[in-house]
Amino acid sequence: MDPAQVKAWEARCTEEQPPACRAACPLRVDVRAMAEKMKAGDFVGAYAVYATVVPFPAILSHVCDHPCEAACRRAEAGGALRIRALEQACVEEAYGTARRVIQKARKPKRIAVVGAGLAGLTSAFDLAMKGHAVTVIEADAHALETLRHAYDETILPASAIEVEIGGLAKLGVTVNCRARVTAGDGPLGLDTLVAGNDAVLLALGARPASAFAEALRLNDSGRIAVDPETRTTSRPGVFATGLHERLGTAWSPLRSITDGRRAAASIDRFLQGASLTAGRDEETGTCLYVNVTAHAPQPPVAAAQPGGAYTHAEAMAEAARCFPCRCLECVNACAYLARYGAYPKRYVREIYNNDSIVMGNRKANRMIDSCTLCGLCAELCPNDLAMGEVCLEARRSMVRRGKMPPSHHDFALRDMAFARSDEVTLARHQPGHDASAVAFFPGCALAGSSPDHVARLYAHLCGRLSGGVGLVLDCCGAPSHWSGRETLHAEVRTGLVATWERLGRPTLITACASCLRHMDDLHPDIEVRSLWPLLAEVGWPEGARAAIAGPLAIHDPCAARHDAASQDAVRKLAAGLGATVHELGGAARTTCCGFGGLVTFANPEVADAIVDRRIGESDDDYLVWCAMCRDSFARRGKRAAHLLDLAFPAADGGDPAERPDPGFSGRRDNRRRLKVRLARDLWGDDVSEPADPSRERRLIIDPAVRADMERKLILVEDVDRVVLHAETTGQKLKDPRTGRSIASARLGSLTCWVEYEVGPVGVVVHRAYGHRMTVESSS
Amino acid sequence: MTPDAATVDLVCAACDRPLEIGRVVASYMGQTFPVDLPRCPVCGFVYVSEELASGKMLKVEQALEDK
Ligand code: SF4
Ligand SMILES: [Zn+2]
Repeated sequence: MDPAQVKAWEARCTEEQPPACRAACPLRVDVRAMAEKMKAGDFVGAYAVYATVVPFPAILSHVCDHPCEAACRRAEAGGALRIRALEQACVEEAYGTARRVIQKARKPKRIAVVGAGLAGLTSAFDLAMKGHAVTVIEADAHALETLRHAYDETILPASAIEVEIGGLAKLGVTVNCRARVTAGDGPLGLDTLVAGNDAVLLALGARPASAFAEALRLNDSGRIAVDPETRTTSRPGVFATGLHERLGTAWSPLRSITDGRRAAASIDRFLQGASLTAGRDEETGTCLYVNVTAHAPQPPVAAAQPGGAYTHAEAMAEAARCFPCRCLECVNACAYLARYGAYPKRYVREIYNNDSIVMGNRKANRMIDSCTLCGLCAELCPNDLAMGEVCLEARRSMVRRGKMPPSHHDFALRDMAFARSDEVTLARHQPGHDASAVAFFPGCALAGSSPDHVARLYAHLCGRLSGGVGLVLDCCGAPSHWSGRETLHAEVRTGLVATWERLGRPTLITACASCLRHMDDLHPDIEVRSLWPLLAEVGWPEGARAAIAGPLAIHDPCAARHDAASQDAVRKLAAGLGATVHELGGAARTTCCGFGGLVTFANPEVADAIVDRRIGESDDDYLVWCAMCRDSFARRGKRAAHLLDLAFPAADGGDPAERPDPGFSGRRDNRRRLKVRLARDLWGDDVSEPADPSRERRLIIDPAVRADMERKLILVEDVDRVVLHAETTGQKLKDPRTGRSIASARLGSLTCWVEYEVGPVGVVVHRAYGHRMTVESSS
Repeated sequence: MTPDAATVDLVCAACDRPLEIGRVVASYMGQTFPVDLPRCPVCGFVYVSEELASGKMLKVEQALEDK
């Protein structure tokens, strides 16, 4: 897989982008995580999240100017989350519960911080947490003097300040008050500090620093000149805060803390000899996609106490207003994407890693083969990321490198080979014609599901269209495409082009949305048309009426997601039959029936989850216009009728929505019989009925055993071959307790076992199973 | 991949001999390894129970396919 392409795919998924609140917070508090914990009542957990980035929770939770709230997306649905109040409630309840672990510095250094304001103390805190020895020198009588006077006791209690200063002391930070640092080499001179420490931070606040005019370069307003990015001054080893003032913004505790944090990060880099600039982009903003309209508006929770502080219960309720901001548009809509517990950005990475493994387990193989390639994710994604594209490319890469697990697609490819074999294919001009203006290409799914419809529809088309209506029974090659077999797929396409040439290059008319997509670009001169708009033009046979009275929910095939002409035609055709049809969320957002992408074979549980989820969308009978969709619904017990079931009901008057899934064996038999029936009835060929294995050997298979065989992808003809082999060679086992025979035969890459009993009327099959591994006696 | 005791009651129809546990060679994806399975002591016909086929054997097959 092309790494550049993989990167481009990854970049399209926004799910890992920060939520707007976090992006707006200069300290990057993970509000989303806090809210998720608080709404569950876990304030201790929320506090741990807060305290990992906030140096003085007791202070900041009272006085933060919460730029996060202005960014909160809840604002669009009832009002921004009261984040600051939530943080206060959290700190109030859980202060001090998170243990702070001081890192072990490889080479602990000594740092002097001049100024015990919030910026200086934040730097001291951060550097102490890094394992350095920090001394703070303050001219005033107390640390945080400005803060003590800036707020009323009801807003910021003095106790909050004391507890945080106490916390700093516990980290080993020494604060020396009433000590004014000046320039020069006196006991409190800058030169002395520089000589006695590895780094010095001047956190003087927003005030002129004429005292240091001799020692450091000052700016036009008389303050220490500071590099805005690195907080370095003109003197190596001496850093300074105070930048926020220079930027013209008002004083705020949050800005001071941010300022101090940035200076501390520079000092730490400086002490390690690392670059002060590399990889420090303070990028803000986010492109996380959030579908706000999916959330009903809800106003903020009002605090009962005067002052607006939340109680525990109020805070929980307010936290529950957090959506939380996530994209997951595709994951929420797709049973496959939801299955693996993450989202496309991660999946793309996992798939790429899987592809790059040289030795070891490729853990994502099955995940790659479990995507139906239906395109719903791209439809929903703000950036049109199509996981199907990713998975298909990965499959091709696996095939190219011989790393595709054989078991995933063997059966499907065998089935495709059968659908392309002489036994079931046909390509002829209309009886009595020697040219075909058009050729009907029903697709192997329709032929397998309801051969009668193929025959009746063909007769109808022959009656309504002039110029000769040829018939092509063949496979479009979708399985080779879905399984990533490029060579095989090209071979199928070449064969189809040859058939088309042989028939004199007719316009192909297909009943199958997948065939339409796969044959569209077969050859520059091939015109492939969908049956449905054409049928809408020529009309149903006289007097055709819907064989179902009740309301029908229409399910469009995923391959026709963007085929508006067919979607319209099908709805018109259904209306023309007098059927009452309603939508299941619209064609553009239709889902796969589970057959697409060969998921039924590679991961039946995911295929079932996908179809079951779709089934859950309405209790009404489903109306479909893809034979594969119909059989998938029928297999999972959903009443579903094909449009053709409505127009061409079975002669026996059976309920069209109850027609059973023929299964893999049944579909093969249907295709075989269709070819014989048409050859004999339409073209007058002298052909005999195909050998039906179950009739010839009179296999008696209980429906439960048959369903089990279907699930294990064992065909009736496979069982027949095993029994035939055992009965002709005598190679079999006997179970003396039951009298049953047990035999096996190697069929292609599968060893098939059958437990059976030869009875008076036929062979009763008790069970069948298979394995791919071979076992042989050593000698 | 050891068989359970119940499976060993089977008899080879061709040789009319009860199966016995013996060393056989299993192969998949170009890998071979010895296993003990019930087999006919005369003709060597090896029996694989459904439990084995859909259990341990399947796991090994899948692991080898993902190598
Ligand atoms: S829709 Fe899916 S792929 Fe697209 S951004 Fe959202 S999570 Fe990512
Ligand atoms: Zn034997």
